[in-house]
Amino acid sequence: MHTRLALAVATFPALVLVAGLPLVNRLEPVVFGLPFLLYWIVGWVLVTPLFLGAAYLLVRADSDRSSEGDEL
Amino acid sequence: MTVPLLVILAFILVSSVVGIVGRGRGEMSLERWSVGGRRFGVIIVWLLMAGEIYTTFTFLGASGWAYSRGAPAFYILVYGTLGYIVSFFLLPPIWRLAKRRGLHTQPDFFLARYDSPALAGIVALVGVVSMVPYLQLQLAGLGMIVEIASNGAISSAAAIVIAFALTCVFVYTSGLKGIAWVAIVKDVSMIIAVVVIGFGLPSMYFGGVGRMLDAVIRQHPTHLVFPGSTTTMGVGWVVSTILLTGLGFYCWPHMFASAFSAKDARTIRRNAVIMPLYQLPILLVLFVGFTALLVIPGLKNPDTALLALVTRSYPGWFAGFVGGAGAVTAMVPASMLLLVASTLVAKNIYRPLLGRTVGDEHLMRASRGFMFVIALAALALALWSPKELVRLLIFGYDGVAQFFPGIALGVFAPRVRARHIMAGLVAGELVVVGLIWSGHDPCLGMNAGFVGLAVNALVTVAAIALLRGHRDRDELQNLTSSGGRN
Repeated sequence: MHTRLALAVATFPALVLVAGLPLVNRLEPVVFGLPFLLYWIVGWVLVTPLFLGAAYLLVRADSDRSSEGDEL
Repeated sequence: MTVPLLVILAFILVSSVVGIVGRGRGEMSLERWSVGGRRFGVIIVWLLMAGEIYTTFTFLGASGWAYSRGAPAFYILVYGTLGYIVSFFLLPPIWRLAKRRGLHTQPDFFLARYDSPALAGIVALVGVVSMVPYLQLQLAGLGMIVEIASNGAISSAAAIVIAFALTCVFVYTSGLKGIAWVAIVKDVSMIIAVVVIGFGLPSMYFGGVGRMLDAVIRQHPTHLVFPGSTTTMGVGWVVSTILLTGLGFYCWPHMFASAFSAKDARTIRRNAVIMPLYQLPILLVLFVGFTALLVIPGLKNPDTALLALVTRSYPGWFAGFVGGAGAVTAMVPASMLLLVASTLVAKNIYRPLLGRTVGDEHLMRASRGFMFVIALAALALALWSPKELVRLLIFGYDGVAQFFPGIALGVFAPRVRARHIMAGLVAGELVVVGLIWSGHDPCLGMNAGFVGLAVNALVTVAAIALLRGHRDRDELQNLTSSGGRN
């Protein structure tokens, strides 16, 4: 069931980013010079490759056991 | 005055030569021309996809939106990220089916999966109707970039004709591999241009990005939160637009087909992992738009904000560099759209209408022929463009995003049949066309395309529940066991 876990891990940052938008639609606090709304968006975009990388390892762990090689 | 002109022309020429030489050796076949022989590794797929994604819209449109609308432009940072996550799961199974059945186009996929020429035909038609205005927009953007960056030394029309003629030459000779080589020139020069101006312009006028944003907040207190300087683009619009464009991202026929070029499914996944980092240059483009808002307010056409600020702030040779990079930025997506649209017309419209078996060699010649027809149509539209085409373009994204249920269920729900997808697709397209043509976009605070997609999904689910056939199981077994080249 690594695939389900991979799906959860991979979609997590995008879901949090989008679901949080109504709550973070403000300028304060300013972080690294960015107004909070922009910081929220850029921050989640930047960490997305880490989550996708984890999902990649999970899917690979699955495919290592199957003969197909890269089956989802 | 001649310096920017020479730099821009050199850019366009060098890129075209790279595209022609990039052909490599050996016989050209449909397989090589349209999907690069399915041999591309992770770096070349990344360059190619990055090359398609960074269009003139990103360059001019994103800065223009940041300039005129403010925070709603942030959606551009997010939807690609969502698109890459979707691609991580969707594209590998699509790639495997494409490899096994020798697919070249998006309608090929619908035909192979659903075994319905009618559904494949509708997908082909919506795809072409959506791609031609997109191509026209690239050309119009190219003309604008070169004309402003060269200070009027090259007219928009001349730039469009020269650059597009050369684009046609390298697409004709080299196909996808040539495009991938030009994408390297484009990606490198784009990144250099965007990094220099994205950090440089805020520093030049305000002493840094943070101070520039500070000044925006002081002068325009609502610009950097939704709905920015608009009245209709609140949080609801932003969220629905992100979902629509994120899910619709790989529904574009040329994005969809670029996955076929990968040498294996793992390449596609690795590519998806690193792609979100490519959103960062868009942030820099937004910074330029905000800087322009403070330095040169009141522009009639916000899409010119980036170029107007660059030509005013930098020496001629660098304005030429940005103009050249901008021109190649239009040429790469234009070449990809041209390649995919012509293959699609030849294989999925011309061949079925011909009604007889047609060999690959014939299809290859037909694809190249249709390339010129499509190129001339887009050229005519770009040179004598009616303004209403902008509406067609909006319909473009909304239109292709309606493919999403058919693609996602096609991959993950083997029981779903053509009639279910057809019902949803037709309902979704009708809702989108109706809402846009009657001026109801946004609708209830949401993107009209998203409303269409929601209706599409509901109708598809209802059709799955109501329309069950007895033969489903047999059909399914036929589909999964038999091969049969497409």
